[in-house]
Amino acid sequence: MSGYAHDEVLVSTDWVASHSKDLKVRVVEVDVDTKAYDEGHVPGAIAWAWNTQLCDTVVRDILPKAQFEALMTQSGIGEDTTVVLYGDNNNWFAAWAFWQMKIYGHQDVRIMNGGRKKWLSEQRDLDTAPTVAGPSAQPYRAKDADLSLRAFLPQVQQAMKTRSAILIDVRSPQEFSGEILAPPGLPETCQRGGHIPGAHSVPWGKACNEDGTFKTVDELKALYGAEGVTPGASVIAYCRIGERSSHTWFVLKYLLGVGNVTNYDGSWTEWGNLVGAPVEKGAAKSAGQAS
Amino acid sequence: MKPEHYSERKVEIDGWPVNVASYQLEGKWHAKADNVSPGAALARIVAATREEAEQKALDRARELLSRTKRRGV
Repeated sequence: MSGYAHDEVLVSTDWVASHSKDLKVRVVEVDVDTKAYDEGHVPGAIAWAWNTQLCDTVVRDILPKAQFEALMTQSGIGEDTTVVLYGDNNNWFAAWAFWQMKIYGHQDVRIMNGGRKKWLSEQRDLDTAPTVAGPSAQPYRAKDADLSLRAFLPQVQQAMKTRSAILIDVRSPQEFSGEILAPPGLPETCQRGGHIPGAHSVPWGKACNEDGTFKTVDELKALYGAEGVTPGASVIAYCRIGERSSHTWFVLKYLLGVGNVTNYDGSWTEWGNLVGAPVEKGAAKSAGQAS
Repeated sequence: MKPEHYSERKVEIDGWPVNVASYQLEGKWHAKADNVSPGAALARIVAATREEAEQKALDRARELLSRTKRRGV
């Protein structure tokens, strides 16, 4: 037993190797580096591109419901399909896809623990030819968006003012302090560096082991507990554009069982560009001391 | 087909921790460099040897990292 609050949402690389071509299972690779899939992927896996297929490409927003339904249908996914997501960077954008699938109410969606990195390091089979997924026989019907999983700017402003929720900044320490505006090599940026006043710094990667898998439940409890995060806490996670924070959202909600955790996908590219928004600069205080 | 000889190591470039991973796939060597935190990919290279692939990935990483402006806080 893993001890995770919802260990049914995690599958091992062994499990995927045995089930990736099951008729009721659809494995999907979602990478930061959208070319990685072409280099070699889990046999039977399809790919979604985060920057064109998992967002509204006109308005800055998540996928609208109709587009989400179309993507599922085109991907051969029905409401009862078991969807297994994995990707590079320890499942950054796999978690982003997971978050959106839960917003639209997909019942059985899971993450392959360790992601692409673990699959490669275990020298497992790869296919280079893209998997052709026939569309579903029936159009996919999503549920109405569950916005309790998502934080918008007014909620974050309220949380900052009243401390009604713990703000977890999951970016790198250099982004948190304001030393850099965005990670090297990534284009989305902001006008000001720093963090939301009162936010706690817990870089997303601290939740992972070297092999890409998630840390044990006891290690995660210690990591987030030091910042006051308990199962009964209200938490808002944010990063730069919402993908790293969806990883932390996943950890808090599904591995630790925090009941009220939301992902602020506006994140620093919204807050750090707002006229008049308060910004705090400097390194994180030690655990438990953030004001 | 299977990836072979997967390896991963951390190096430092101009004060930035960089992770470089490489493996062989169908006779070609693939290397990827990313910055350790947050892990964003900096370069992905395919070459005839591991040394060449890793070196090109690290060269590209160095180029991108040198463009990242650090600010006083």
